[in-house]
Amino acid sequence: MTYIGSSVKRVEDKRFITGQGRYTDDIVLPQMTYACMVRSPHAHAEIVSVDISHAEQMDGVVKIFTGKDTDAAGIGGVPCGWQVDFKNGDTMKEPPHPLLVSDKARHAGDAIAMVIAETYAQAKDAAEMVIVEYNVLPAVTNSKAARADGAPQVHADVPNNLAFDWELGNPREEVDAAIAGAHHVTTLEFINQRVICNAIEPRSAIGHFDTAYDKYTLYTSTQNPHLIRLLLCAFVLGLPEHKVRVVGPDVGGGFGSKIFHYTEEALVIWGSNQIKRPIKWTAERSESFVTDAAGRDHITTAKMAFDKDGNVLALSADTFANMGAYLSTFAPAVPTYLHGTLLQGLYTTPLINVSVDAVFTNTTAVDAYRGAGRPEATYLLERLMDTAALEMGRDPAELRLQNFIEPFDGVEQEGYVTQVALQYDSGNYAPVLKRGLEMVGYEQFRADQKAAEGTGKLLGIGFSTYIEACGIAPSAVVGALGARAGLFESAQVQVHPTGKVSVYSGSHSHGQGHETSFAQVVADKMGIPMEDVEIIHGDSDAVAFGMGTYGSRSLAVGGSAIVKSIEKVLEKGAKIAAHLLEASVEDLDYAEGKWTVRGTDKSVAFGDVSLTAYVPHNYPEGLEPGLDFSSFYDPANFTYPFGCHICIVEIDKESGVVKVKRFIAVDDVGNVINPMIVDGQIHGGLAQGIGQAFCEGAIYDESGQLVNGTYMDYVMPRADDLPSFEIDRTVTPCPHNPLGVKGAGEAGCIGATPAVVNAVMDALKGYGIHDVEMPVTSQKVWNIIHGS
Amino acid sequence: MKVPVSITVNGKQYDKMVEPRMLLVYFIREELALTGTHIGCDTSSCGSCTIHLDGKALKSCTMLAVQANGKSVTTIEGMANGEELHPLQEGFHMEHGLQCGFCTPGMIMCAADILKNNPTPTEEEIRHGLEGNFCRCTGYHNIVKSIQYAAKKMA
Repeated sequence: MTYIGSSVKRVEDKRFITGQGRYTDDIVLPQMTYACMVRSPHAHAEIVSVDISHAEQMDGVVKIFTGKDTDAAGIGGVPCGWQVDFKNGDTMKEPPHPLLVSDKARHAGDAIAMVIAETYAQAKDAAEMVIVEYNVLPAVTNSKAARADGAPQVHADVPNNLAFDWELGNPREEVDAAIAGAHHVTTLEFINQRVICNAIEPRSAIGHFDTAYDKYTLYTSTQNPHLIRLLLCAFVLGLPEHKVRVVGPDVGGGFGSKIFHYTEEALVIWGSNQIKRPIKWTAERSESFVTDAAGRDHITTAKMAFDKDGNVLALSADTFANMGAYLSTFAPAVPTYLHGTLLQGLYTTPLINVSVDAVFTNTTAVDAYRGAGRPEATYLLERLMDTAALEMGRDPAELRLQNFIEPFDGVEQEGYVTQVALQYDSGNYAPVLKRGLEMVGYEQFRADQKAAEGTGKLLGIGFSTYIEACGIAPSAVVGALGARAGLFESAQVQVHPTGKVSVYSGSHSHGQGHETSFAQVVADKMGIPMEDVEIIHGDSDAVAFGMGTYGSRSLAVGGSAIVKSIEKVLEKGAKIAAHLLEASVEDLDYAEGKWTVRGTDKSVAFGDVSLTAYVPHNYPEGLEPGLDFSSFYDPANFTYPFGCHICIVEIDKESGVVKVKRFIAVDDVGNVINPMIVDGQIHGGLAQGIGQAFCEGAIYDESGQLVNGTYMDYVMPRADDLPSFEIDRTVTPCPHNPLGVKGAGEAGCIGATPAVVNAVMDALKGYGIHDVEMPVTSQKVWNIIHGS
Repeated sequence: MKVPVSITVNGKQYDKMVEPRMLLVYFIREELALTGTHIGCDTSSCGSCTIHLDGKALKSCTMLAVQANGKSVTTIEGMANGEELHPLQEGFHMEHGLQCGFCTPGMIMCAADILKNNPTPTEEEIRHGLEGNFCRCTGYHNIVKSIQYAAKKMA
C-alpha cells in the first residue's frame, strides 16, 4: 500500500458537497441568545457617554454590556503573543486591547457595547438604539505619517506611535558603504498595500457556560483552538483551563485571519456566564472588514547594489510596518522575524541590513495573512531584481541564475547560513527557474512580445524566485526571538482493540484536507487501509494539546508528531507480536500490516496484536496493556520551500486593462504526500497573490474610514479574472523532519505578487516609468500609457 | 407582526409564520435548519447563499421569504438523489473543487444553472458564469475542472 505520494480523493468532501458541513454559525444551542456589537463609526474619538436606556427597552433584549462592565469586571483585554523589543533594548509598547472600549475608540469598528437579545434581528434593532456621544479626534492611517511629530496619538503613552523599532543583519555602516561604492544601485520606494484576508466564512463565536458542570465551551471559527483556550484562560479572563473547552468546528477558510484571539471570543464566553445562557455572535461581512486582522501594509525603501558583472553586493531595506490600533496576537513577528529574516532570498548577497518601525495607526490591526512577512520580503527582493535587470540591460532570468546560492542538501552539505539569522535546510534553486523557463517557452515569448509591438496590445513577462521559512517553528529559537508560546505540535495515535485507529492532531484543518493527507501518512506507516484511520482535530476536549495551523506547519510539524506516535505504537506492537510469535523483537519485520519472523512464514496481523493489547491474557510480562501513544514534536529548524513563478500579462493599450494571460509556478515544497491537495494549495495561494497585485487593497480616507469595506467595493479575483494555472514542482526533501516535507500552504501567495507586477513593468518598459503602485488597476496603466 | 408563508423546499412544503423582513436565506437556515446554504456577505456579492427558485439560480439573500411564498426552492441538501450524488457534487469531489467547503454549496447551485442553460460550456463560459460567486481557497482552477467533469458526465 502506498498512499503517500498519490492523489487520494478527500475524505472530508462528502459533508461539504452535500451541505452538511458544520460551521460555527450553523450550531444552535438550547436557550441560545444572539449578540450584536455596537461599533464606533469613527476612527479616533473619545467616548463621552454611552446611553443604553432606550435600547434596553427594546423587544427581546436580554442584556447589554458596555466597556464600563468589562472594566468593572477587571478584564484587561486580549494579549499580544510575541514580544519584539526596541533596538535600544526597551520593551515594546503594548497598550491594552480592551474587549469593549470605554475611554476612546482607536479605529472605526472598535467595539463599544455588546447587545444580547433573543434573536439576531432584535439584537441588531436594539444596537441601533444605543446612543453614544463622541468627541471626534483627527485620525492617522498611514504608518509613515503616524511617525511624524504632531501626528495624532493613537495611544497617549506611545510617543510618535512607535510600538517598537527593530534591526537585523550586517552593520548598517558596512552595508551603506558597499552600496555607496557599487557599480550599480537599484532603489525602490514602494507601498506593499494593506489587504483584507476575506475568508468567505465570516468569523463567528458561540460562548456557552454550562451551569451543571461549571464549564465553558467556546465554538469559534479559529485556526488553533488550544492557543485560544490558553490565551483566554491565562491572560484574558483568568478561567481555569480544565474548565474551558474550545472547539474550532468546520472553518470556512482562514488565511491567517483566524489564527488570532479576538475580543468577541472572550466577550461571548464572559457574557454567557453573566447571563447563564449561550451567546452567538457572527460577523456581518462589513464587520469582518473592520475587525478581522488585515495583512501586509508596509511602506518600504530598499536598495540593491551590484558590481559591474551583475553580482549582488549589498541590500538595505527600511520599512514602516502598520500595526493598526492594537498589537494583534502575532503582529510584532510579521514585519520582523517573518520578513527581515527572508531578505537573503535565493541570492548570495554578502551584506544585508533591514530596519523596521512598527507603528500604531487608527486602523484595524494588522497581523499574519497567508505568507505573513515572507510575501513582503519576496516582493521587495523580486521587484528589485527585475528592476535591476531592466536598468542594467540584463536578462532578469540570467541575473537571478548568476546570483543563486549553490545547491546544498543539508545532509552532505551544510545548510546555508544567511546574513539575516537563518540557516536554510536544503535547496537547489536553478532547476525551478530553468523548468519555469522551459514551461513558458521563454525564447518564443520574447519573439511574440516583439511581434506584438505596434499592435494594440502590450505583452510582458515577470519573474519571481522566492524562498520562505515554514514549518513554524523550533520553540527555543522562536522563544529567543520573542514568541510567548512554543510552536511544537502534538498528536495521539489511539489504536482500538479491533485495529482501527483514531488520530488526534493538534493541527487544525480549515480547507487543507488533513483528514485525508494525515490519514495517508498513518495508513502507509502502519500498513493498514486508509478506511481504518480517522483524523480528529479542532476540539480541545478531544485533542490533548495543539498549536494549530498556520505558517505552512501542519504536515511538517503536526505530521511529524503523528509519525513519532506511530513509531511508539509499532515499537510496543512488536513486543506483543514477539510474545505471540514466541520470537525475539529483533527477528521481526513489520510490513503490510503484519509482523513476520524473518525468514519464516510465521506472522501475526496488526489487528491481532491490537486485540491482545486490550485483552492481555497471553501477554508479555511487565508490559502495560493498551496501544495508545501521544507525542510532541518540536522541529529542529524551519523548513524552506522555494520556487519560481512566471507571469505573462497582456495589456490593452486603448483601455489599460491588464489581463493575466498565463501563470507558471514551479514550486519545491519537499516531499509531497498528496499531489492533488498540494496543487490545490498552490492554486489558491496564487489567486491571492495575483489578487494583491492587480485588484485588492484597503483604502482609507482621511478621517480613517475604510471606504471599500464591503464585497461591493473591495475587489477580489473572480473566476473570469484568472487563467488556469500551469504548475509543476521539483522535490528537494527537508533533511530534518521524518516525512521530508516543507509545507505548501503559503507558497503560491508568497511568490505570485511580484511576478505580476514585474510582468506589467516589462510590458510598460517603453513608457519610462520606474515603478507602479499596487494594485495595478486599469486606470493606473491607462494613465501611464496615455501620459497623464 | 409575523405573516404566513408556504414554501416548498427540496420537495417538501413548509408552512411557517415569519417576519416580513426575513430574508429567504434566513428562512432556509433558521426556520428550516438547512444550514448548507451559507451567508458570506451582506451585499449579495459572494454567492454562498445561491439556491434554485422555481428552477433558476438565485442568491437567497436578495429576496425576502415572503416573496418566495408559493414557490419551490431547491438547496444543496436537495441535490443528491438519495445516496447518489449529483454529477456536480461528484465533480467537485473528483476534481478537488473545494477546500474549506464554505462557498461550495453556492458554487454547485450556480454551476447547475450554468449547465442547465449551456450543457457544453467552454472554460471561458464557465468562468464568466461563476462571476457572481467568490471562492478564496481554490483560485477557481479546480472548480472549472469540476464543472467540466459534470458537463461531460451529464452529456
